[in-house]
Amino acid sequence: MAAGTLASARIGVITFPGTLDDRDAARAVRLAGGEPVSLFHADGDLQGVDAVVLPGGFSYGDYLRAGAISRFAPAMDAVVDAARGGMPVLGICNGFQVLTEAHLLPGSMIKNDHLHFVCREQVLAVENASTAWTNRYEQGQHITIPLKNQDGQFVADERTLDELEGEGRVAFRYVGTNPNGSRRDIAGITNAACNVVGLMPHPEHAVEAGFGPEAADGTKTGVDGLGFFTSVLAALVHA
Amino acid sequence: MGRVVVEVMPKPEILDPQGKAVVGALPRLGFTQFSGARQGKRFELEVDGEVTPEVLEAARQAAETLLSNPIIEDVVRVADASEESAGAVA
Repeated sequence: MAAGTLASARIGVITFPGTLDDRDAARAVRLAGGEPVSLFHADGDLQGVDAVVLPGGFSYGDYLRAGAISRFAPAMDAVVDAARGGMPVLGICNGFQVLTEAHLLPGSMIKNDHLHFVCREQVLAVENASTAWTNRYEQGQHITIPLKNQDGQFVADERTLDELEGEGRVAFRYVGTNPNGSRRDIAGITNAACNVVGLMPHPEHAVEAGFGPEAADGTKTGVDGLGFFTSVLAALVHA
Repeated sequence: MGRVVVEVMPKPEILDPQGKAVVGALPRLGFTQFSGARQGKRFELEVDGEVTPEVLEAARQAAETLLSNPIIEDVVRVADASEESAGAVA
């Protein structure tokens, strides 16, 4: 798309049965300056959107495996095709699980090592600030966004982990504490082309002062997640 | 009516948090004989007719594509279980 048309960037947010955070994701797109477009899992037509967010929640109740059934939705066939063609795709939490089940990202998520649901404000290091969803951050920048999950332990075999590290595809790492036993403190990863990003924590819950995490300049003023959505708008302008 | 059983287990090299919790609970109930536990899944797929080789092959494909995730799980058994009653103790 042409430069200077940020406001016309259309970002799709897919709702699956059991999705919880689609409205927050749409709100984050809007607050960043884009136009959110609601998409439905059963519809294979992405309505010409410029990028897609797979939001968090418990699609199909996490039955079978988290994200396992959603992966076969008609909308996901279209997302897989578009992602391979370079369209930016962000998977948050359950959306990340769907991306791994769809083989757009390697590895998988299993139950947290301590078996408990975790809900906390989590510090992350941005390890790759050149993806479609992180280009507005500084390399190594620490950000604080909410984390809330049961099946958040990222696992992959050693060879895959070494590849991810070697190719700079670890996008985010947990800082301070590893909240779920994830291999090598990995909180989020990207594909080789850096257009597909998945992470367990929730940037869409940290986009508006008054409703975000605690921050140095006041209570609940944290908006560290907004950069995901301004990043993709910037990536689309420069595409 | 025919039935195919598919069994899926977490890969040996993947830590199984649920199995770990189970083996932690056993000694608290006096079951001190068990030093490890791993928790898997058993699926019972029903067909209207007999379990033919084609049905078994379809079950194998379903096991690899939907019922398991090869990154974290192994399919350890795909078998005609028409003679077993549902959920029977072996």
